[in-house]
Amino acid sequence: MSELGMFFGLLGAAVAVLFAGAGSALGVGIAGRAAAGVVTEDPNKFAQVLILQLLPGTQGIYGLLVGFITLSKIGLLGGGNVAISLPTGLMILAACLPIGIVGLISGKSQGQCSAASIGIVAKRPDQFGKAMLFPAMVETYAILALLISILAVSNIPV
Amino acid sequence: MASDWEYTYAVARIRVLETKLLTDADVNTMVGAKDAKTVITYLKDKGWGDVGVGDDPEEILSIEEKKIWDTMHEMHVDFSVFDVLSFPDIYHNLKAAIKDVCLSGDHIGAYISHDKYGRDEMLRIVRDKDYSALPEHMRAVVPEAYDAMLHTRDGQLCDIMVDRACLDAIEAAGQKSDAKVIRDYAESCVAVTNIKIAVRAAKTGKSLDFLQKALSPCKSFDVRQMAQAANAGIDSLMEFLPQAGFAEAQEALKDSPSAFERWCDNAQIRAVKPMKYEVCSVGPLVAYVIARQNEIKTARIIITCKENNLPEDAIRERTREMYV
Repeated sequence: MSELGMFFGLLGAAVAVLFAGAGSALGVGIAGRAAAGVVTEDPNKFAQVLILQLLPGTQGIYGLLVGFITLSKIGLLGGGNVAISLPTGLMILAACLPIGIVGLISGKSQGQCSAASIGIVAKRPDQFGKAMLFPAMVETYAILALLISILAVSNIPV
Repeated sequence: MASDWEYTYAVARIRVLETKLLTDADVNTMVGAKDAKTVITYLKDKGWGDVGVGDDPEEILSIEEKKIWDTMHEMHVDFSVFDVLSFPDIYHNLKAAIKDVCLSGDHIGAYISHDKYGRDEMLRIVRDKDYSALPEHMRAVVPEAYDAMLHTRDGQLCDIMVDRACLDAIEAAGQKSDAKVIRDYAESCVAVTNIKIAVRAAKTGKSLDFLQKALSPCKSFDVRQMAQAANAGIDSLMEFLPQAGFAEAQEALKDSPSAFERWCDNAQIRAVKPMKYEVCSVGPLVAYVIARQNEIKTARIIITCKENNLPEDAIRERTREMYV
């Protein structure tokens, strides 16, 4: 039973890293295409569009953070043998779901929003600050999911 | 058709290129210029033409036309989305080729340059009756228009047959397209061209049969009603236009023929203007091509007017609304 608990705990870490990372990869890819389009015509805007392209990258970092905490919790980091019961393993998996799922969706959406904001910078570089705010709004929900995942994983008694 | 997000790179490039389009203020400056040479200098300062190109306006404008398609090629987008924009040109070349073949003429200047269906190829197709070399939507009308021209020598009859086929093809392409911009462009193009035909027919007293043959059905209004209105005379047509939602066309017609032509072109630019706010579809690309063609047309009008010493007011009446 403890092996199955460990499996679900590990699955939780994998879900957090995998889905949030995939969301970021999609988002950074979409924004990257838009950034490349702008730089093709106007290389001077490289710095501004690079910042907008990087915004959807944070979901992957949040997933990685939750993944580390989870691995540490189940004892896979640090070498200590921790017995994880099946209910505990399932609870850890559930705790990792928020950042995994929200990370995937918000990462892609933030990339799309960043691509639109890159369009603003392309036409009105002086509006860069405002253009940053639109994709930053999407970030709010990734942060909320991160908080819940961290609080939940940290407070599950092992 | 590619997924809308496949156009992200191209749309971002277009956003930068849109900043280089002529604005209404640029058009005003050119209209106020003292002569054609000043207009050409202004355009060259804006990056029109190429290094080493002289002051020949036609050369500068043809370079600009080429630049549009070079830019689209660089973006590696599916070119079939632009097909509908070339329909008027290739149908025009078809009309010219049918007349040249039937009347043994050779009017080089009557053709519009086109990569695939330029003068030589269109003449060959019509002469050899190799209609399979034409796009499918053109094949049915060629033998009919050719026979009509051969037997009646009536160029106008040939024109209305080919023009009607062109409008039907644009309408069909619009209905078939997944892209909103193509649907809007097609609808606007067919509606505006129908109005143009009806106005000319009403002014020249054409028969109801002529109007029914020439007008292509569209969603914007009932063409049978329009045909009847135009057949009853220009006043009746002017009454019909506001009822069909084209009050501006009526106002332009009251002003002058050139104001009406201006309205016709402006209506099509307005149909694609919402594409300025599209993030990820082929819409901004198609709108950019239409916008560039519109500004080239406007530049040509201004230069020609300046060369003919027309007063500023007369030029202003002819200039088109810009996209940005």
